[in-house]
Amino acid sequence: MAKIMKINVLSAALFGAGMTAVVMTAPAFAEEGVKLVIDGEELTTEVAPQEGNPLDPVRSGWTFRSEETQALETDDFENPGFPLVDYGEELWNTADGSTGKSCASCHGDASESMKGVRASMPKWNKEKNTLFTLEDYINLSREEHQGAKPWKWESQEMLGMTAYIGLQSRGMPVNVSIDGPAKEWFEKGKKMYYTRYGQLDLACAQCHEDNQGTMIRADHLSQGQINGFPTYRFKWSGLGSIHRRFKGCMDNIRAEPFKRGSDEFTALELYVAWRGQGLSVETPAVRN
Amino acid sequence: MYEASRAHVPDKPDCTEEESRHMTKGFIYSIAAASLVLAGSAVAAPVAPDDVKFVDMTVAESLTGQPGDPKAGRETFANRKKGNCLACHANSEMSEQLFHGEVGPTLDGVADRWTPEQLRAIVVNSKQVLGEQTIMPGFYTMHVGDRVAEKFVGKTILTAQEVEDVVAYLTTLKEQ
Ligand code: HEC
Ligand code: HEC
Ligand code: HEC
Repeated sequence: MAKIMKINVLSAALFGAGMTAVVMTAPAFAEEGVKLVIDGEELTTEVAPQEGNPLDPVRSGWTFRSEETQALETDDFENPGFPLVDYGEELWNTADGSTGKSCASCHGDASESMKGVRASMPKWNKEKNTLFTLEDYINLSREEHQGAKPWKWESQEMLGMTAYIGLQSRGMPVNVSIDGPAKEWFEKGKKMYYTRYGQLDLACAQCHEDNQGTMIRADHLSQGQINGFPTYRFKWSGLGSIHRRFKGCMDNIRAEPFKRGSDEFTALELYVAWRGQGLSVETPAVRN
Repeated sequence: MYEASRAHVPDKPDCTEEESRHMTKGFIYSIAAASLVLAGSAVAAPVAPDDVKFVDMTVAESLTGQPGDPKAGRETFANRKKGNCLACHANSEMSEQLFHGEVGPTLDGVADRWTPEQLRAIVVNSKQVLGEQTIMPGFYTMHVGDRVAEKFVGKTILTAQEVEDVVAYLTTLKEQ
C-alpha cells in the first residue's frame, strides 16, 4: 500500500484540477524492451503498425510506465484492479431482473463465451444499426434479455463487469473492424483525434503522437492506447472506463468533454482502438 | 495537419462535483483578477487580446503600459494553474522544483536568444512566432480550440499583467 501511495503522489496533470503536487521521489523509468509477462504468459506490448497507422512501433502504455507501476500489472495478486474483477465475476453469476436469470444462465462460462469480445470492441451492431461499445452490449443484454435496469457507465457494477469480460481476452490482439458502416465512425474519430480542443488549443495527436516518449512534467507521455481498459489508476484509486480517460484529457486542456457513452466518444474509441491494433488486451491494466 | 481552431460555444457541461469545486475556485480567481484591475485603474486598461499588434514576430509595447515584475513572473511561471511552463520546459534557475518537462527546449539562457519583444510575442501567442503547429499554448489570445470549457470561455490563460511579469522573469534567464 505504501508503494502505491508514493506513486500516486507523482501523478501530475497538465493544468489539472485540484493539484496537490507534493512531489517526493523521481520515478524510476523502466528499461526499453522489458517484457510484460503475466502468469507465465508473455503479452505483446510492442508491434509493427498495420497499414495507415502513423505509430511505428505501436506501443502499449505499459512500456512507458515506471518499474514500480509495471510490476503491479505482472501479478494478479498485487494488481489493485482485481478486487473489482472478482465483483464482476460475482455479478456474472447472480440472478437479476424480471427473468430471474444471471448472465451465466444464458452465456455459460465467460472464459469461453466472452473470449475475444473485448478485443473487437467497439463493433457494429447490425440490429441496432449503430456502433456499440462493450458497455452498450452489457446494458442491451440487461435491458432486453435479462429484464434488468441498465448500469450507469462509471458504476462499480459496470466497471467490474467490463473488467471481468475484458480479462477473458487478456493476451489476445486488439482487432477492431472498421469496415462497412463502421468506417464513417472511424473517420469521425480520426477527425476528432487531430482536432485542437480547449483553451490550450491542443489535439490528442500533439501529445500522444508527436510528443510520445517525452516527459510532460512528471508524466511520461505514451501513445494514449486503450488496450488495458478498464484501467486501474492510482489517481482514481480505482478502475475507470475509456471514456473517463478521454474526458480527463479533455478537462486538462480546458475543453468541454463529450459525455461518456456519447456517439462522439464511441467514434473516438473506435479510432483509438484501431491505433492499437495488434497490442495484447491487458485488462485490467495498471497506470499512474 | 490539425483542424483549424475556432472558438466555440460549448454544450451544457456535464458538471461533476469535482468540477464545480474547481469552477468556484476559477470564479474566485476571476474576481480577484477583476479587483486587481480595478485597483490599478489609474493607469490605462490593458491591450485586449485581439488588439495586440505583432510586427515581425515581436510585440513591442508592454500590454499594460507597466513594466513586469520578475518575482511575480517567476511564480506565475511555476504555478500549474497559470503559466505551468515547467510542464514542458526545463529551467535550471528553478531547480528547487522537481520534474521539469521536456516537450519544449530548456529555457536556460533564453534571454540570450530572444529579445524581450520577441519573448512577449511568444508568451502572448506562441503560434505567431513558433508556427501554427506548435504545442505551446498562447497565453493571451482568443485564438483557442473547439469546445472551450464553459468556465474558460472568453478568458485568456494569463492576464496582461501576468504576461508582463513572466516576460520580465524570462529576460533574467541569461547565461552570457
Ligand atoms: C436471457 C438471456 C441473456 C441474459 C440473462 C444475458 N444475456 Fe447477454 N446476450 C444474450 C443474447 C441472446 C445476446 C446476443 C444478441 C444480442 O446482441 O442482443 C447477448 C449478447 C451479449 C454480449 C455481446 C457479445 C458479443 O459477442 O457481441 C455481451 C457482452 C453480453 N451479452 C453480456 C451479458 C451480461 C454481462 C449479462 C449479465 C449482466 C448478460 N449478457 C445477460 C442473452 C442474454
Ligand atoms: C497535453 C497533452 C495531452 C493531450 C492533448 C491529450 N492527452 Fe491523453 N494523456 C496525457 C497524459 C500526460 C497522460 C498520462 C500519461 C500517458 O499515458 O501518456 C495521458 C493518458 C491518456 C490515455 C491513457 C493511456 C493508458 O496507457 O492507459 C488515453 C487513452 C489518452 N490519454 C487519450 C487521449 C485522447 C483520446 C486525447 C484527445 C481527446 C488526449 N489523450 C489528449 C496527455 C495528453
Ligand atoms: C504544452 C507544452 C508547452 C507549454 C505548457 C509551454 N511551452 Fe514554451 N515551448 C513549447 C515548445 C514545444 C517550444 C519549441 C517550439 C516548438 O516546437 O513549437 C516552446 C518554445 C518556447 C520558447 C522559445 C524557446 C527557445 O529557446 O527557442 C519560449 C521562450 C517559451 N516556450 C516560453 C514558455 C513559457 C514562458 C511558458 C509558460 C508561460 C511556456 N513556454 C509553456 C512547449 C510549451
